[in-house]
Amino acid sequence: MMMNIFSAFGRRSSAPLARERLKILLTHERRSGSQELVAVLHRAVLEALAKHIDIDPDKVEIEVRHRDTFSLLEINLELPAIVHASALKPQQAA
Amino acid sequence: MAKVVVVTSGKGGVGKTTTTAALGAALAQTGDKVVVVDFDVGLRNLDLVMGAERRVVFDLINVARGEANLSQALIRDRRVDSLYLLAASQTRDKDALSEEGVAAVILQLRDRFDWIICDSPAGIERGATLAMRFADLAIVVANPEVSSVRDSDRIIGLLDSKTVKAERGERMEKFLLLTRYDAARAARGDMLSVEDVLDILSIPLLGIVPESRDVLRASNIGAPVSIGNLASPAAIAYIDAARRLCGVPVPLVRPEERKSLFGRFFTRRAA
Repeated sequence: MMMNIFSAFGRRSSAPLARERLKILLTHERRSGSQELVAVLHRAVLEALAKHIDIDPDKVEIEVRHRDTFSLLEINLELPAIVHASALKPQQAA
Repeated sequence: MAKVVVVTSGKGGVGKTTTTAALGAALAQTGDKVVVVDFDVGLRNLDLVMGAERRVVFDLINVARGEANLSQALIRDRRVDSLYLLAASQTRDKDALSEEGVAAVILQLRDRFDWIICDSPAGIERGATLAMRFADLAIVVANPEVSSVRDSDRIIGLLDSKTVKAERGERMEKFLLLTRYDAARAARGDMLSVEDVLDILSIPLLGIVPESRDVLRASNIGAPVSIGNLASPAAIAYIDAARRLCGVPVPLVRPEERKSLFGRFFTRRAA
């Protein structure tokens, strides 16, 4: 793979390779930089949901996606097949 | 109203001190009152680049600790009237600078100056975080080189999370200053181009300082590069960057185009 990149750009231009390496590295580093925040949010979301419904903690996915000028907080949670008022915990139902 | 500017980069040797001195002098030449503040405790060099190394009696730490007052520690530039320097201390004590101390000094400086330019040390330790802590605006200095761009990205992350402005939920204004740029090498594909760096870092461009022997010459003689030889491409780049900071919409001329523009200008004058 690396060989392909090297031979594709040849010796004359190394900047494209520098750009690609940086883009891949920084995408990764920016993600790990926000891991701490994700962990905090993950806990907070679980706590908030647990007040109202029984939820499997493993079925809650939280991710921060970075765009050019903003980041997206994505929360995916899998609920039991049917959710209606009766699934709400008793103390919250009223 | 006073503006606190941090000049930062993460990586060392990319031109933070050169930039602080050059932008400070360029802003002061417009008549604004400017102070350049060295935050590199233990490894101060802004005094040397400004040519004031023999005039330092009191420094930032003395003022922060109340051992000297601001007027005693401020060193007035001998070339530009409205330019002042607040030197760093040469102490080896890393914790000599406290956040409260810096906050108090910045507050006093805000009363007396239009621009407070903080020269950050390299790295992401205490000195660097204190230099950016109270900033209104950040200038990220980067070279078109992978390690510098990576570190700049890290610093941008800190500016957006560890500054007072960020903690208040306000947007920290950040600008990129690309230094040591070699347009010919970038054109050949041997060096990251302006577009490459902007694409990766996604912050607005304040200026492009071309690789120039005038920068070393300026530090040799202890004068900001923006004072003196005003035909120098580096001086022009810094003066233009300073005007952009003041809100003047100076068009950005790429280093490769500048020569031909100058050529045309002189031909016209001659004709």
